[in-house]
Amino acid sequence: MPANNSARSYCLGIESTADDFGVAVVSFDGKVLSNANDSYTPKEGGIHPREAARHHAEVAEKVLTEALETASVKPRDICLVAFAQGPGLGPCLRTGATAARALSSYLDVPLVGVNHCVGHIEIGKLATGAADPVTLYVSGGNTIVSAFEAGRYRIFGETLDIAIGNCLDVFARAVGLQQKKGAPFGAIVEQLAREGERFVSLPYTVKGMDLSFSGLLTAAVNAFQSKKGSLEDVCFSLQEVAFSMLTEVTERALAHTEKPEVLLTGGVAANKKLQSMLGVIAEEHDARFCVVPLRLAADNGAMIAWAGILAYKSGISTPIEKSYVDVKWRLEDVYAPWVEG
Amino acid sequence: MGGGINVLIKKGAEASLYLETWHDRKVIMKRRHPKKYRIPELDTMIRSQRTVHEPHIIHEAKKAGVPTPTILEVDVAEANIVMEYVEGKQVKEVLDTVAPEERLRLSGLMGRMIGRLHKHGIIHGDLTTSNMILTPHGKIVFVDFGLSERSEELEPKGVDLHLMKRALQSTHYKHAKECFKEVMKGYAESVGQEETKKVAEKIREIEKRGRYVAER
Repeated sequence: MPANNSARSYCLGIESTADDFGVAVVSFDGKVLSNANDSYTPKEGGIHPREAARHHAEVAEKVLTEALETASVKPRDICLVAFAQGPGLGPCLRTGATAARALSSYLDVPLVGVNHCVGHIEIGKLATGAADPVTLYVSGGNTIVSAFEAGRYRIFGETLDIAIGNCLDVFARAVGLQQKKGAPFGAIVEQLAREGERFVSLPYTVKGMDLSFSGLLTAAVNAFQSKKGSLEDVCFSLQEVAFSMLTEVTERALAHTEKPEVLLTGGVAANKKLQSMLGVIAEEHDARFCVVPLRLAADNGAMIAWAGILAYKSGISTPIEKSYVDVKWRLEDVYAPWVEG
Repeated sequence: MGGGINVLIKKGAEASLYLETWHDRKVIMKRRHPKKYRIPELDTMIRSQRTVHEPHIIHEAKKAGVPTPTILEVDVAEANIVMEYVEGKQVKEVLDTVAPEERLRLSGLMGRMIGRLHKHGIIHGDLTTSNMILTPHGKIVFVDFGLSERSEELEPKGVDLHLMKRALQSTHYKHAKECFKEVMKGYAESVGQEETKKVAEKIREIEKRGRYVAER
């Protein structure tokens, strides 16, 4: 088994925790050779898990072929198949897992189940060179402040209800914004927020190290509907409050752990305003500030492939009979022997 | 602030503590500095809310029968709280070195005081032995209510005591077990056996969550 650092050993990674179906080919020495994706866009409302899973099943073959062709890699060059085993939406996860099991058995190569949150952290570290950061992982489904301690990525703070990305999405839909393919709601809110001038007071909820966004969401929608400010003003205020909460909790984790780096990862990491606020606290604590590049920020197959490679190289693989998905798999339940610390 | 000494004694992520003189008294000034990443409107709002909230809860705790520093002056605009300087030592410094009977007495006393807080719907939010001062008269004064909140629910009470347990395990690991047992005994004296049973059950549930998997 060519399980080494060789550039000629490749892992195929499958991501399907939510609305994205992604397949990527990554070499064992950490080069992303392809990162194909097809995203499910609901006609109205949020992600319907079964509809999204149906989408994933429909595009699977196309995305897989694209990933192999772009990477110029033949199926027999693949020596490991990694898939997102959780956390996420059950039907979506199962679609990706089914594809991964079939591929692993057809190609006769090992299978490794990857924790989606670990994927976001590891791809951020790979792309930025961060070694031991405090990580703020922000997306549609997760909001987690973590740092590595004693064998695991420990959670220092997290949302008590909805994720920040979900908060922005639901707000955008509630005020009548339209989603476009390739332009997530977060980007639309960010654009509008730049035009905002007047701060509308909204609830700021930090409980110890944890956060809550549901009250903020309701208040922001109400502020718009009751005309307390223009749409731009409310977008501006929503971002200021939500991102200040995230920054405060990250700063506390940074002060507590005294880590040398701050890493921002996940889909919401693309937001420039959030980047600038975290940059300020990183500088104040003499920490290097690292942001995952845009192409690897949202859910993608490359992060699953890379986290799979790291796990596999430290002796971890997932036998088919243990490859059932875990929709609530927590970050700190993952033993991470590949991290030095 | 009237001249005098002005020594930074603790710099946290949220606030700094200074030793000062105030009308010829030795006092602690807790100052919440502005945060550059926040817009001024929000920054002022958060700092002033917390500057109002903390003395309020400190006063409530005192009413519940838990010794806390006396608040001398609150400057909401500057986000400053001036409070009594409590003479004594942090429980953290003495717990491991005192005689075994005294260690048990202190643990029981901590538990009784935590029980009084919870009985009155006050969650401290940061229960560690460094946030408790042992006075020369043998009383324990609770300080730093910066993360406190009001709640009558079981979950935050369980989290509060779980934090206490973790603080004992990390800082006073030699005596953590006996100390926490006494904390819970003292707690029961304040809130009753039935409520203590429910809270203890909650603590077990919290520990079993993935979050605290290392302590399983």
